[in-house]
Amino acid sequence: MARLQINGATHEVDVPDDMPLLWVLRDVIGLTGTKFGCGIAQCGACTAHVDGKAVRTCVTRLGTVADRVVMTIEGIGATPHGRALQNAWLMIQVPQCGYCQPGQIMSAAALLSEIESPSDAQIDAAMAGNICRCCTYVRIRKAIKLAVSSQATAKRT
Amino acid sequence: MNARVSRRHILRTGAAGATLVLGFGLYQMRPASAEASSAGLALFAPNAFIRIDSEDRISLVIDKCEVGQGVYTSLSMLLAEELDVGLDQVAIEPAPPDEQLYADPILHLQATGNSTSVRSSWMELRRAGAAARQMLIAAAAAEWRVDPSRCRTERASVLDNGTQRRLGYGSLAATAAQQPVPQNPRLKQPEQFKLIGKSPLRVDLPGKVDGTAQYGIDVRLPGMLFATVASSPTFGGKLDSLDDSPTRSIKGVHHVVTIRAQEFDVGGYKLHLDDAVAVVAENTWAAQQGLAALEPAWDRGPNQHLGMDDIVHALEAASERGGLVARHEGDVDKALSTAATRLEARNYMPFLAHAAMEPLSCVADVRGDNCEIWTATQVQARAQEIAAQLAGLPPEKVTVHNLFSGGAFGRRLELDGVALAVAISKQVGAPVKLVFTREQDIRHDLYRPFYHDRLRAGLDANGKLLAWHHRIVGSSIFARWAPQAMRSDGLDPDAVDGAIQMPYAFPNLLVEYVREEPPAIPTAFWRGVGDTHNAWVIESFVDEIAAVAKQDPIQFRRGLLSHAPRALAVINLAAEKSRWDKILPPRSGRGIALAYVFDTYLATVVEVTLSDAGLVTLQRVVCAVDCGSIVHPDTAIAQIEGGTLFGLSAALWNEVTLRNGRVEQSNFNDYRTIRIDETPEVEVHLVPSRETPGGLGETGTVAAAPALTNAIFAASGYRVRQLPIIKSIEGLKRRA
Amino acid sequence: MKRTLSLMAAFALFVGLVLSAAAADVRSDLVQRGEYLTRAADCVSCHTAPDGKQFAGARAFKLPFGTLYSPNITPDANTGIGQWSDDDFVRAMHEGIGKDGQRLYPAFPYPSYTLLSRDDVLAIKAYLFSLEPVANAPPHNHLTFPFNMRWLMVLWDWLYNPGQRFEVDASRSHEWNRGAYLVEGLGHCGECHTPRNLLYGLDPHKRFAGAVMAGWHAYNITPDRTTGIGGWSEVDLARYLSTGDSPHGAAAGPMAEAVDNSLRYLSRDDVGAMVTYLRTIPPQTSNVPAAHLEGAGNAPISASRLPPADELNRLHASAGVRIFAAACTGCHGWDGRGLAGTRDLNDPEATNLVQVVLKGFHLSAARGRLNMPGFGAGYADRELADLVNYVTGRFGAKAATLQADDLAKRRSEGD
Ligand code: FES
Ligand code: FES
Repeated sequence: MARLQINGATHEVDVPDDMPLLWVLRDVIGLTGTKFGCGIAQCGACTAHVDGKAVRTCVTRLGTVADRVVMTIEGIGATPHGRALQNAWLMIQVPQCGYCQPGQIMSAAALLSEIESPSDAQIDAAMAGNICRCCTYVRIRKAIKLAVSSQATAKRT
Repeated sequence: MNARVSRRHILRTGAAGATLVLGFGLYQMRPASAEASSAGLALFAPNAFIRIDSEDRISLVIDKCEVGQGVYTSLSMLLAEELDVGLDQVAIEPAPPDEQLYADPILHLQATGNSTSVRSSWMELRRAGAAARQMLIAAAAAEWRVDPSRCRTERASVLDNGTQRRLGYGSLAATAAQQPVPQNPRLKQPEQFKLIGKSPLRVDLPGKVDGTAQYGIDVRLPGMLFATVASSPTFGGKLDSLDDSPTRSIKGVHHVVTIRAQEFDVGGYKLHLDDAVAVVAENTWAAQQGLAALEPAWDRGPNQHLGMDDIVHALEAASERGGLVARHEGDVDKALSTAATRLEARNYMPFLAHAAMEPLSCVADVRGDNCEIWTATQVQARAQEIAAQLAGLPPEKVTVHNLFSGGAFGRRLELDGVALAVAISKQVGAPVKLVFTREQDIRHDLYRPFYHDRLRAGLDANGKLLAWHHRIVGSSIFARWAPQAMRSDGLDPDAVDGAIQMPYAFPNLLVEYVREEPPAIPTAFWRGVGDTHNAWVIESFVDEIAAVAKQDPIQFRRGLLSHAPRALAVINLAAEKSRWDKILPPRSGRGIALAYVFDTYLATVVEVTLSDAGLVTLQRVVCAVDCGSIVHPDTAIAQIEGGTLFGLSAALWNEVTLRNGRVEQSNFNDYRTIRIDETPEVEVHLVPSRETPGGLGETGTVAAAPALTNAIFAASGYRVRQLPIIKSIEGLKRRA
Repeated sequence: MKRTLSLMAAFALFVGLVLSAAAADVRSDLVQRGEYLTRAADCVSCHTAPDGKQFAGARAFKLPFGTLYSPNITPDANTGIGQWSDDDFVRAMHEGIGKDGQRLYPAFPYPSYTLLSRDDVLAIKAYLFSLEPVANAPPHNHLTFPFNMRWLMVLWDWLYNPGQRFEVDASRSHEWNRGAYLVEGLGHCGECHTPRNLLYGLDPHKRFAGAVMAGWHAYNITPDRTTGIGGWSEVDLARYLSTGDSPHGAAAGPMAEAVDNSLRYLSRDDVGAMVTYLRTIPPQTSNVPAAHLEGAGNAPISASRLPPADELNRLHASAGVRIFAAACTGCHGWDGRGLAGTRDLNDPEATNLVQVVLKGFHLSAARGRLNMPGFGAGYADRELADLVNYVTGRFGAKAATLQADDLAKRRSEGD
């Protein structure tokens, strides 16, 4: 029986320790916003946060996250970065099929919590692990910058 | 109203009481089919419908699959515009399977593909909205006993201009249903549009940024089990033996299921499934662990030595045969014999996988005499039919729930996922969610065909084009997917799409098609269908001819387009916006490609830099698009942006290769896809137009590869004749 | 040795006379022991072609002097060893001579197997003969002159095959002796880890000092502290042998195969015995620094900080950092967990790193499996050279300086 903190709620799951967090979230707990895309940490669709850091849940074993704080796309809107990013994503109309976007937003949120105002190269470096087969990259860049500037504005006022 | 609609009417009338159900001949341009006439539907074959219930709920049934192209929004906008309701007031219902009601007039099937969605709905959805609005006004006028001309509408209400009385659409639904259906409702003039031409927030986006959007892969049912599947590693292999005891000992594993090779025929659509094994478990992880432990022994079958050389040699040999004539004008041989300069080229385009971001998935629940499936499919009615065949049930016992699709690119025009899920659920007697691993998704896709093209051209002494000869060699998708669409002599119209209706004026022209099927490997549509292949070959060759004629590529194209003003306009716009005349540093270059596809004109300019080692960096992309009237400009731009990058990505890196009868690629590590740090600036410029809308979902992809390889030629003098470009890296190195 | 044989004969007689009813059971004991020994000797790795049936042979071995194909060792009468007598089999294992008298090539490690006792060899045979016969005739070998002259092997054997059974060193513990038998004989570790001379013989002066073969570096496994495994704890060594994983890095390539196909099936005692023996072999130095564990962030999730903006801008000219960001950080983070300080990263030639990057690796034995996808098919030589140069510089002892051509060459090595 493992105990997990996800988006502020406690969950107990009775599954093997080596089950990747992705399947614990999707199949066991029912949080399907975190997506499966490759299973080998190449696409980023499964990105969630553990202790505030972006991790690929498809290669993160349950055993390594017990007692840590997990945050998924379902919870990120409650954080200032998450909210700013989701708003920017809507303003710019980033998603096409949308399947990669939870992972994109989670990677972007981790980036902003590490670097308040990332450079272009830092945006590229932080987001390079997230594939979008619809190729919405141009808009992802714009939306991250918009979120940064909207947060900066919010701070000033 | 006719019988068909009232059947729907009854279906849709629930406790809510009076409902106005408006069926409309969405695709009236289509000649009524025999079956339709016998059912009394000849003139009025309703294809989608509006539903307004007495509680002000307005629903539009969308017959297209939302694969990211924004179709839920753009089709809703067409309706909402003429019905005079806010987009926020419309609810969307995915259409149920019905090949009669929802046949696309261009595809003649209930299908989402070929960039037809807006093209086929533009007038008819608007007419439906306008007719309903007119009926609602008539109902209100009758109630108020005033002349309908005194009434206007806004945000789902009818207003009396005289008294400012107001009645909501919901309260009018019952009486409006009694009104005669106007056959020629008055449509708004473009100046009156409130929605069309604007870019409101797409209706599907809020759920796509907060994780609540439901894709096929997200469905959860009580008692549902999770399955993963592995098909015979070689095409046409057979399952020899299976020791499932290690698998069964894994915690959470419930069943090990064997699925034997099978052929399906759904109204001409043919699908072959190889032998496969599936593990069904309490969760996907247990299923995947179980599959990994299974190690089935496969008899590798007749294709176990098949490799790319065999396939390419067969295509080359076939290219020596004369082909079926797709288009012939003038006398090509004679013109070539008089030409001062003659050119020849051979091009090769690889097999490609779709690799949509959401791996293929389907939930099936086959129990008793019922079958329900939840998936994302581009062909709902065929999905129903194939599920019925497998479940051994009549089609009406199969319910299809169509959900958001995490990308499709043609992959969801195929039904292997549905068939496997139904087969598994039937065997285990429980609802089962089948999710392909990415490896299964890439190794057991149905692939964009490998094409081999041969071209010849002749120029006179002044560099003027005299003759054009194009021979296309490759497999036929239509022969398997919709044989009824084949020309009677066996010409596949898709294989020559884009090769016979080029906007260029060629004086002597011959386009031929030679069908050559690779053994075993199934081929299918891919984003841009036939056009992506032909546009690359043609635009590369036009570029090559321009170089031989010592002319600027754009100038040379202009000379062939004097009769095609819309094509000329996009070329000129792209030239201007890309600053075509500005000199670039060495090892940098710009390339242009023109596409006229799905009734849209697109000119794309790609700018690249080559490293000394031959690596390509994309610097900038400029697209100029004339797609006629535009419903949602921002979505139009997004489709061109995404489609172009998708095409560039494939051109740079992607191929599916066979070795010993099996696909070598497996996942994004070896089926590489463009990433954000490799993405250049992309500018999309729209040409204002009131022409009928053209397609956009695939258009960007079509022009991408040729613009890129032409840019590479401009930067290096090296002509890429084989995709992906990474294979030409030796040729792209800086020569000492 | 004679004593063992006569005991064996007596035992056989006893079984034959008294217990014929229970023969099946006894046989299955023998077969079971044979299975264990066959695994310890890792016969399956070489005698199975990719996608082929187990033990049916035909795996190709590219050697400096040509390509060899492993034979079918299932009991098929025509294409396998179904017609081999006990003596035939023992002669092959001890002397490298096939049933028809032809000399076998030492890709087959008979110079190690020669140490095995006759009854161990016969147990292996009993196990192989209990398998389903598979009809499969491997392709003919392609060897260049003079290596295609099998008779020359007589000379080779005289030089390099000790041709002796293992002899117990009474001055050492039972455990040590068992370890020696496993390492030197069954496990034939020296066949990869000891460098070979020009004639393909193992260099007796550099035993276990590490060697490069078929594109992979089998590292120094002597107790040398700086370049061998002297710095590894017993626990780490045992874990590595039985799972392929360790804080010093994971096994890949042929070693991962050895773990998955062989070592992971060994009993704890046997693994412990191997560790004991390896601790006592004479230390040798080599050119690849051993792993430094300090600072090697191996925690599953650690603070993974992006490089500063100016560093990224500077690095951006090479494809290395970009590909690292895209393809590697998902598992390794920006802090290089699982990489930092490992020998793969410390090797200035980056021999194994290149192979791992090209082909990936897979370890079934590790908990929950350990996988890395290969990137050879999707990326150009220049890109991968940049990547390897970047990661060795950032996480290893010293940045490699590979060129695209080096990658091209390494691609063609191994199989
Ligand atoms: S599913 Fe985890 S990175 Fe692709
Ligand atoms: S929006 Fe479709 S994969 Fe990113």
